[in-house]
Amino acid sequence: MFDLSGKTALVTGATGGLGGAIAKSLHAQGATVAISGTRREALEALAAELKDRVHVLPCNLGVAEEVEKLVPDAEAAMGVLDILVNNAGITRDNIFMRLKDEDWEQVLNVNLTSAFRLSRAAVRAMMRRRTGRIISITSIVGVTGNAGQGNYAAAKAGMIGMSKSLAQEVASRGVTVNCIAPGFIATPMTDALNDKQREGILKSVPAARLGTPEDIAAACVYLASDEAAYVTGQTLHVNGGMAMI
Amino acid sequence: MSDIAERVKKIVAEHLGVEPEKVTENASFIDDLGADSLDTVELVMAFEEAFNTEIPDDAAETILTVGDAIKFLEKNAA
Repeated sequence: MFDLSGKTALVTGATGGLGGAIAKSLHAQGATVAISGTRREALEALAAELKDRVHVLPCNLGVAEEVEKLVPDAEAAMGVLDILVNNAGITRDNIFMRLKDEDWEQVLNVNLTSAFRLSRAAVRAMMRRRTGRIISITSIVGVTGNAGQGNYAAAKAGMIGMSKSLAQEVASRGVTVNCIAPGFIATPMTDALNDKQREGILKSVPAARLGTPEDIAAACVYLASDEAAYVTGQTLHVNGGMAMI
Repeated sequence: MSDIAERVKKIVAEHLGVEPEKVTENASFIDDLGADSLDTVELVMAFEEAFNTEIPDDAAETILTVGDAIKFLEKNAA
């Protein structure tokens, strides 16, 4: 089950906690992976860890021209692209009244617009080949909202609506489009929390622990697999029961 | 009938799974041949591949009938 041998995947934000775990898990299931991010050294380090079946494709998702090149580069490096994982994301948190236009624009641009551009570029060949997987990493806050994250929550909610729409267009062509919505995951971002904050968060998580990047990566492996062919337009919530929706 | 017209009609008939005799120059992909909007995108991609040419989006949007495709490709394909 969930064998990805012979498949190819592009993972954005692969230098982050989640993206790195996703790339490793897809790779462990047999996929060839193209890893993308802004920090070349971090990508090279991950590539060295994976050893074979890996391609390093640095890209700044804030720059439209670089985004447009990424899928063609991945296709050139790997022959075809079977699995696109839109994982890259940034935050520029602030209470709504203090959110600057540029905080809004940057977050929407990197988190949502780049996912749109990459999906648009990837779906063409997927549709023609009658197979493909587009998986976008959204967030629980895209569904529940979160004080101080109006821009981030909007981008993540946008991803869900975008994915459902694309899913309807290409379902008959064997391409599935889904989202994964992580809850609180242990990453460098949550490491910055103090014990009291952490305790407060855990009170709202029935599983009584933070999620791990591997929890998210496992969901990604499932959605990327042939076994998930009949699952499309869905948002898979991986949050320890924090929100049951 | 030009070679291009013949090839276009063959691609359309095969791709949409319709009787070759229904694929006339006046036939609209969507209204007469049962294509959906995604089929028209795929047809354009099939034309691009078969004729080794690029059909920009704004041109693709004007290709609504078999005749439109033939005219465009006669003008633009090598």
